[in-house]
Amino acid sequence: MIPAPGDFVLLLPEIFVLSMACVILVVDLYLSDDERVISYWLAQLTLLFAAVITLSVGDGQSQLAFYGTYIADPMATTLKVAIYLVTALAFLYARHYLSERKLFKGEYYVLGLFAMLGMMVLVSAHSLLTVYLGLELLSLSLYAMVAFNRDAYPCTEAAMKYFVLGALASGMLLYGMSMLYGLTGTLDIELIAQSLGRQTATGPMIFTATFIVVGLAFKLGAVPFHMWVPDVYQGAPTPVTLFIGSASKIAAFAMVMRLLAESIGALQPAWEGMLVALALLSLAIGNVVAIAQTNLKRMLAYSTISHVGFLLLGILSGTQAGYAASMFYIITYALMSAGAFGMIILLSRAGFEADEIDDFKGLNQRNSWYALLMLILMFSMAGVPPTVGFYAKLAVLQAVVGVDMVWLAAAAVLFSVIGAFYYIRLVKVMYFDQAEDTTPLAEHFDLRFGLSANGLAILLLGLFPGSLMNLCLQVMAG
Amino acid sequence: MVLADFLILGAVLFGLSVAGIFINRKNVIILLMAIELMLLAVNMNFIAFSHFLGDISGQVFVFFILTVAAAESAIGLAILVVLFRNRHTINVEELDSMKG
Repeated sequence: MIPAPGDFVLLLPEIFVLSMACVILVVDLYLSDDERVISYWLAQLTLLFAAVITLSVGDGQSQLAFYGTYIADPMATTLKVAIYLVTALAFLYARHYLSERKLFKGEYYVLGLFAMLGMMVLVSAHSLLTVYLGLELLSLSLYAMVAFNRDAYPCTEAAMKYFVLGALASGMLLYGMSMLYGLTGTLDIELIAQSLGRQTATGPMIFTATFIVVGLAFKLGAVPFHMWVPDVYQGAPTPVTLFIGSASKIAAFAMVMRLLAESIGALQPAWEGMLVALALLSLAIGNVVAIAQTNLKRMLAYSTISHVGFLLLGILSGTQAGYAASMFYIITYALMSAGAFGMIILLSRAGFEADEIDDFKGLNQRNSWYALLMLILMFSMAGVPPTVGFYAKLAVLQAVVGVDMVWLAAAAVLFSVIGAFYYIRLVKVMYFDQAEDTTPLAEHFDLRFGLSANGLAILLLGLFPGSLMNLCLQVMAG
Repeated sequence: MVLADFLILGAVLFGLSVAGIFINRKNVIILLMAIELMLLAVNMNFIAFSHFLGDISGQVFVFFILTVAAAESAIGLAILVVLFRNRHTINVEELDSMKG
């Protein structure tokens, strides 16, 4: 049993990223602190070449490799490229933040690449075993990244909470997987779907679906399994929060697609109800509790919870339009989230974290361009046209209305209106309050350029959402 | 011995570990032990199913879970050491600097 040579070609992006992560790990050992920037550029080059390889390997067909444990399909290709892009932004924003705090070590980039490798495996998983291995590679790297600033206390507390609840989530998911294996006798996602399609839904199947949904809800941070999200977002170093809040969400979406939609799609009537409850609770708690926050990172954490609610709305509809809407939502959300945390990084400097809402007071007087960018990002999160957030919410709501759940769509709109309050409060603070802190913003050209491009992309995608939306629809249909 | 016996054992172990995580309010090391127990409960399920279905892939899965569990406890203990160094306690109740 030797895998066909073609299998290795399909796996090339993963092989490349793995080799480069190992190379950077070794190269970094021989670099002095002044030369550390070489590791950074190597990591960025890795992302660039990985994107080139992924795009040239993926030919729009769905191909299986390694005895059906790995799949290269259009969804995997698209999501991987989105993950590279968001990771590149995260690395870019992190660079000056880390070097100003004497944290500019190769570890951030090496762990980041390993986490990204885990995401890639997760996105291309076609067997429960591959899902598990990708998920663990991602999670283990993230636990270490959260504890990255090891002398700062809140970081280690956040890491411990993340570790314990993350491990609990993996345990739940694994228990569900073991039951699924028992019910169908296979680990292959397609064979599981076929086997479940032949049987009628029974108690054990619902039991299994419950465990899988709970495990996924923990990983996504949906209410009532969201306790870790605010603490981890607040406690982790901002560049790590950025990475967790953006790139890993795309991978989490892929995991939900592979596990819920593709493998236990036959049980959709059973998990639909669970997702309705999770989505409603996430929208309610996320939006209402975010109002009470004074810490911006914590507020964005609750905002993430409410966005996860929207993501689930698209998935629970169980239609291709719904899946495509969710995919569009998560890709654009990752960009918004990267931009918002990037703004915190821009306003921070050595010895000062701009993570309180008050730190944004009078940003318009200090620098009107970045105040405008933050305004675009906040409007997009709130769903105000013409930003992309509006279109993403609209697509999800259309999918929900399409399966005759108008009341659910109405509830989602209601909670979004409540949620708009805290985004607009930040805009008010930026434009109408007096600046207390008049230190000029960080001058780094690459950080400023990246943030500007990030903010404008949100606006442009909102004005011309057609091509990305068509891509998502095509991917889901194919 | 029938399949149900093993599944009940697995479920009991799993329940114990979940209770260990949620009820325990004292020691972080007990949390780590509960997490290990949880993975072993899952292993029990996989092996039982694999044996009774006559399919080898469940046992292969167990090897992977064991390996990942080792890596997981290494990271968990590393975080624990860093935590102790910063806070001089591993009491779960005292890990409450962030609220809201």
